[in-house]
Amino acid sequence: MELNEKMDYKHYNKFYDHFDFMKHRNVFFVISSALIILGILSLFVFKLNLGIDFSSGTRVDVQSTEPISIEKVDQTFRAMNYDPERPVVSGTHKNIATVRINEELNQHQIAAIKSKIKAQFGIEPNVSMVSPQVGRDLAKNGLFALVLASIGIIIYVWIRFEFLQGLTAVLALIHDAFFIVTVFSLFHLEVDILIIPAVLTIVGYSINDTIVTFDRVRENIKLSRKRLSTIEEFGAIVNLSIRETLTRSLNTVLTVLIPVVLLLIFGSESIRNFTLALFVGLLCGVYSSICIACPLWAVMKVRYLDRRKKKRTVQTQA
Amino acid sequence: MVKKGPIFSFFALLIVLGVIIGFAVNPIIHRVNLGLDLKGGFEVLYQVEPLKAGQKIDSDTMSNAVAAINKRINVLGVSEPNISIENGHRIRVQLPGVKDEKRARQLLSTTAKLEFRDYKDRLMMDGSDLKPGKAKVAFDQMNKPMVTLQLKDPKKFASVTKKIASYDPLKRENVLVIWMDYKKGNSYAKESGKTNQKFISDPSVDQELNTSDVEITGSFTAKEATNLKDLLNSGSLPVRMVEKYSTSVGAQFGQDSMKETIYAGALAVAAIMLFMLLFYRLGGLIADLTLVFYSIIVMAVFVGLQAVLTLPGIAAMILGVGMAVDANIITLERIKDELRSGKSIISAFKAGNQRALPTVIDANLTTIIAAAVLFALGTSAVKGFAVMLLISNVVTFVTSVYGARLLLGLLVHSRALNNHPWLFGVKRSDIRGTK
Repeated sequence: MELNEKMDYKHYNKFYDHFDFMKHRNVFFVISSALIILGILSLFVFKLNLGIDFSSGTRVDVQSTEPISIEKVDQTFRAMNYDPERPVVSGTHKNIATVRINEELNQHQIAAIKSKIKAQFGIEPNVSMVSPQVGRDLAKNGLFALVLASIGIIIYVWIRFEFLQGLTAVLALIHDAFFIVTVFSLFHLEVDILIIPAVLTIVGYSINDTIVTFDRVRENIKLSRKRLSTIEEFGAIVNLSIRETLTRSLNTVLTVLIPVVLLLIFGSESIRNFTLALFVGLLCGVYSSICIACPLWAVMKVRYLDRRKKKRTVQTQA
Repeated sequence: MVKKGPIFSFFALLIVLGVIIGFAVNPIIHRVNLGLDLKGGFEVLYQVEPLKAGQKIDSDTMSNAVAAINKRINVLGVSEPNISIENGHRIRVQLPGVKDEKRARQLLSTTAKLEFRDYKDRLMMDGSDLKPGKAKVAFDQMNKPMVTLQLKDPKKFASVTKKIASYDPLKRENVLVIWMDYKKGNSYAKESGKTNQKFISDPSVDQELNTSDVEITGSFTAKEATNLKDLLNSGSLPVRMVEKYSTSVGAQFGQDSMKETIYAGALAVAAIMLFMLLFYRLGGLIADLTLVFYSIIVMAVFVGLQAVLTLPGIAAMILGVGMAVDANIITLERIKDELRSGKSIISAFKAGNQRALPTVIDANLTTIIAAAVLFALGTSAVKGFAVMLLISNVVTFVTSVYGARLLLGLLVHSRALNNHPWLFGVKRSDIRGTK
């Protein structure tokens, strides 16, 4: 189909057929900036609820065959001369209590806790211990992984598309990753080691949507067979490309959201925060790919072209 | 005219694949290595520190330490142990399915340095004088457990016992004190009065003993004697190991997590399949079929690589289902676009597949980049997730791109679908020119 035909053609009968993504770009930019500012504030005010993986201490997951009482768990630990933080009860049957002790216990203490809890609650508990040094290493390693993955993706998109698209794609995914952190900070959710694979999955995944849309942008620019220069021209292409790929983007995010939501409801307690991070990231990812990455790219591209044009005029004048 | 050949091939292919899968499922599932978060067990990260001042921790020391740990794990009989060196001076030990965690942890971290000292704590002999692997548990006349050892050089033992026998028996100075992990500051004089002594035993020696057989009797139980024997046979650790990170999962906990997660996964797969069927009709049915193959192939590759399935790994596999379907969605959406533009089913199928491929490749490669970074930098649970993510992404290419194209292609080329765009979920009124 020729581009002009496609532009006029509105037979999709979809609710977004007439939605102008470019026109509302500033609204999206403001929303996202506000969210980022909120995140920064939240990090200063509420900080992050770091699990022992990234700090240090001991964590005990007590499981019982029946609903568990916080008092009983608390007393059991106090009887062993530990000073636990208030236990958090979870599980569909309220039969799991998570206790955190701000000490690094040695193997003998852990063995003692295990046998005591098993005697009291009937099921062998999970016990994890992290020393400060290891916690720091894990956090450092995680950040390093995130940076490395981002660089890899920029380079790939740069080669396959163009640098500006790589840059906006990565800006969008940093936006998503940061939004996950914001939610965890705001709601005081515990950040454990699994946040790293969760964020990196979102990074790999959110970029999918962005790339599929950019792919269509590239194709439509080719179809237009002319040199685009104004924001209106780019805007028209971006709008068309988003509309053309939107069903796919929404359907895909839906097929990934289905397992995530089901894991969230029925899955194991141990990966609850992991799936929650994925859930938040997926929603944010589809939003940022559509409403941030493409319009932002169009704006940056036009600015870049303008600057180059000015440079050229200056050069020819001189 | 409908061609029967391709339709016949389509069903023949389905039956053959179905039979292969039917036979492969059980052996594959039974060979999956479960990680410790699913099976129960523990994982410890040890910091390796020098035993004596001035001892260097280099790669030789590290591999000696790993060898010693390996021997001790063999004693425990854990089926899938995993020992790795990290950062040059840390050792990570993972023991899924270990039964007696307390004993295992003790056995792992004890230095097990056996020493023979005199009453003034002067070193007479140590573990290096023993014949390796010759320690045994035996019982004396009173049926009390003891550990028997063999020495390399009976002459050395003779000279040691001669010296000890010369000390004053009345002050009980003629003792050969057997220490396990003697530390500076420990002394026989202080310990001998206590009830819970730090040394193993202190037999008195009356005469020179020219023998290579030594018996250690002490106040230990049969279980403790077995532990001692195992430690001596696996050799002492050349270093000190301090636990820096540990996590242990109860067997029940692990089983429950696995059950819940697999249940959620099964529901998710069913829901995704239903969604695809409703939204893309025949295309969705083909996608669902390829999804079945996808799941089996992912598991087979996973087992083939001898990777360990962890809880995040299961999550990755379930997520992978969603991502595999993504490739189908991209292609089917393209085919729908082409159909709407007025193309025939055959040419829409061709053009749709062609145009979708680069997009699918781009989308998957970026996820592969992220997964590869995770694989390279991640540890244990994270690594399990990354492996699964990598495998699912690669397998997606095979099943969702080529598999689906092959199956759908057969049906398309049979011409049975001609003039039935609704089979792809396209309304006739949406097709250009038919308004």
